[in-house]
Amino acid sequence: MQTYCLDRIPLNQSGIILYIDKTSKIRRRLLDLGFTKGTEVAAVFSSPSGNPKAYYIRGTVIALRNEDAAEVKIQLLGSGEGKENGTYA
Amino acid sequence: MGLTLSSTGLELLKSQDQNPKTSEGTVKVALLGNPNTGKSTVFNALTGLKQHTGNWPGKTVEVATGRFSFDGKEFLLVDLPGTYSIFADSPEEEIARDFLLFSKPDVTVVVVDAACLERNLQLLLQVIEISPRTVLCVNLMDEAEKIGTAPDLQKLQELLNIPVVGTAARSGRGIEALKASITNAALKTEDDSPFSPTYSEKLEEEIGMKVSLFEQTPLDPRTKRWIALRLLDGDATLLDKLNRFLPDALSPSLVDNLARVARAERDADDTREEIVSSIYREAERIAKLVAKERQLPPSKFTADKLITSKALGIPIMLILLALVFWLTIVGANYPSQLLFAGFSFLEAKLYTVLGTLALPHWLADLLTYGVFRTLSWVVAVMLPPMAIFFPLFTLLEDWGFLPRIAFNLDGLFRKAGSHGKQSLTMCMGFGCNAAGVVATRIIDSPRERLIAALTNNFVPCNGRFPTLILMITLFFTGSGRFSSLPGALLLLVVIVASVFTTLLVSKLLSKTILRGIPSAFSLELPPYRTPQLTKVLLRSLLDRTAFVLARAVLVAAPAGAVIWILANTTFGSSSLLQMLVSFLAPLGRLMGLDGAILTGFVLGFPANEIVLPVTYMAYLSGGTLVEMESLAATRALLVANGWSVKTALCLMIFSLNHFPCGTTLLTIKKETGSWKWTALAFIIPTLVGIVGCILVAQIYNFFSFLLL
Repeated sequence: MQTYCLDRIPLNQSGIILYIDKTSKIRRRLLDLGFTKGTEVAAVFSSPSGNPKAYYIRGTVIALRNEDAAEVKIQLLGSGEGKENGTYA
Repeated sequence: MGLTLSSTGLELLKSQDQNPKTSEGTVKVALLGNPNTGKSTVFNALTGLKQHTGNWPGKTVEVATGRFSFDGKEFLLVDLPGTYSIFADSPEEEIARDFLLFSKPDVTVVVVDAACLERNLQLLLQVIEISPRTVLCVNLMDEAEKIGTAPDLQKLQELLNIPVVGTAARSGRGIEALKASITNAALKTEDDSPFSPTYSEKLEEEIGMKVSLFEQTPLDPRTKRWIALRLLDGDATLLDKLNRFLPDALSPSLVDNLARVARAERDADDTREEIVSSIYREAERIAKLVAKERQLPPSKFTADKLITSKALGIPIMLILLALVFWLTIVGANYPSQLLFAGFSFLEAKLYTVLGTLALPHWLADLLTYGVFRTLSWVVAVMLPPMAIFFPLFTLLEDWGFLPRIAFNLDGLFRKAGSHGKQSLTMCMGFGCNAAGVVATRIIDSPRERLIAALTNNFVPCNGRFPTLILMITLFFTGSGRFSSLPGALLLLVVIVASVFTTLLVSKLLSKTILRGIPSAFSLELPPYRTPQLTKVLLRSLLDRTAFVLARAVLVAAPAGAVIWILANTTFGSSSLLQMLVSFLAPLGRLMGLDGAILTGFVLGFPANEIVLPVTYMAYLSGGTLVEMESLAATRALLVANGWSVKTALCLMIFSLNHFPCGTTLLTIKKETGSWKWTALAFIIPTLVGIVGCILVAQIYNFFSFLLL
């Protein structure tokens, strides 16, 4: 099983959150936004400069800067691996 | 994000001391919800347009309140800030939590997005942990029905054991039912026992242990459990609050003891994650039971991919913004002329009427040519562009475009050490800097908020655009038939320069006095929604007109009296105004300007619209503000007083970079609560302007010396 930083997952791919780094300075905010362990999250689009990027999580699109998203660790969802197929585009 | 609603209305000018009073028998209702759930729409649908702002104890952030009556009962509705949780990690969350805890609303209404139940129920579950008398308002039912995920409200009500009402507040659907439900909840003699989330066995055990520490206090079991959870979460600040607001509930020694417990917990482990995860898990479970699970993600985000793309993202945004500016400038022209004509007719009438009263001659002059003329001038210049600009922005906000601007531009602002949402406060600033400063409330982190507030004045507001456009027309492009395109391009250069200055000063501030780690950035991008054209336009127009008129009366009218007195009080052969002109002349010349122009800026401090009229008045040695007959006459007057391209250029630089107007400074004081920041907001742009003008003027002199 490979662990990815959230900012590194390709657009249109989704993954399952494993944990948020204890050092993250927006850990509490991320938790409030629903970035809890086991939640499915997808990278959906990116700003023109590539930072921030937009993620779809629990029914809402949330934009995060790459340095903050990097502290969310996820497991990529491939075919047959998670709840459903990880790609949708 | 409540940007234009809260930041651009009359409340800019309101004092903060209006504590809403609940008279005997009035039911106090708190309105709570995640951002972007249509909470404000529900608020407006419940109260109509009858709202005002007040200030609640504890924090100096304003909360809107409104009233409505139903079934013979009076209700006071308090619109708490939109938050994702009430853990009190941000000022907004603290306000919401403190209000629920200490102001004890009779009924709490939580607004949730029907299409996004799981995320929103999370907040509801937190709220019912403190407020048992809660009504759930499931809003945006129409949108959920459209995508086929409308929840089963009956089932939701059974699961939560609180009243649940479905609404579509934009069309008014369900609002009467919501009022009825609030009324029923208020009349109930006994509290419901709503669903309460349970935690892991270990955590439940710890909750029990913590509760036993203050078992003997007169608090109810629900509050005790809630406080125990906060202790486990390590929230020591809550205890000071408890002590302050409920001094009888806990003894000082107990509070000290509990605070120690909380601090120890904060260092020990991460209970927060467990609490949040458990609440989310419950929310997820309930959402799955009442609504069809929606596909994940629901769309391919085609519009967003286009609007945020590398190739088209920035151009689309610039075209839309250019369109807003163009509509504002072109659209404001005609009504502005009409207002000028109307006011000059009224001015003559006013003078005749005052003549029939037994007033001293000078007083009639002061009132007519000082007070009335300045007041009407400010209204004629400012009202039309404000009434066009802000409704257009409100439409863009309502549609959901503004957060995308912040998203697209965050990269740029990150490099300047500030927040992407600063782009939005700057957009507001183009309309009115005071509004831009209030809009900085949408930035969650204090450091970035302060940067945005201090630099807002670097973008020109509607009061300064006419000056800039006049300079371009008179000295750079001429007013011929083919001049409008180069003129527009030059104006664009000016705007880009002002944005660049803002970024540069932001960067400087974030490297010096506002040094610090860039704070967290998270931005919700809500789905696009069809704007409510008529409601938005009406609302925005009323707010705008009220604001411009109030400012004209409060600020421009006294300024008019002062200017008239300065121009008409003479010592020896010269008036006070002329003395000021000679005093400022040396500095003016150094800056490529002259004494009269600087006098215009000094006396234009209350309102930037009158900078040039005061300058003309000084040139003509007149006693009143002067409106020039034509562009040719204006140019002739200016050239006769030694103006060149250099003067026009330096005036534009100083117009862009000088002290904020009086209204904006007062707003900065109000928002930052500090005279120090207010002084800096005055000094920084003024210094930039003086240095910039001197540099440009001296370089210009040097080259013209070489060429001659």
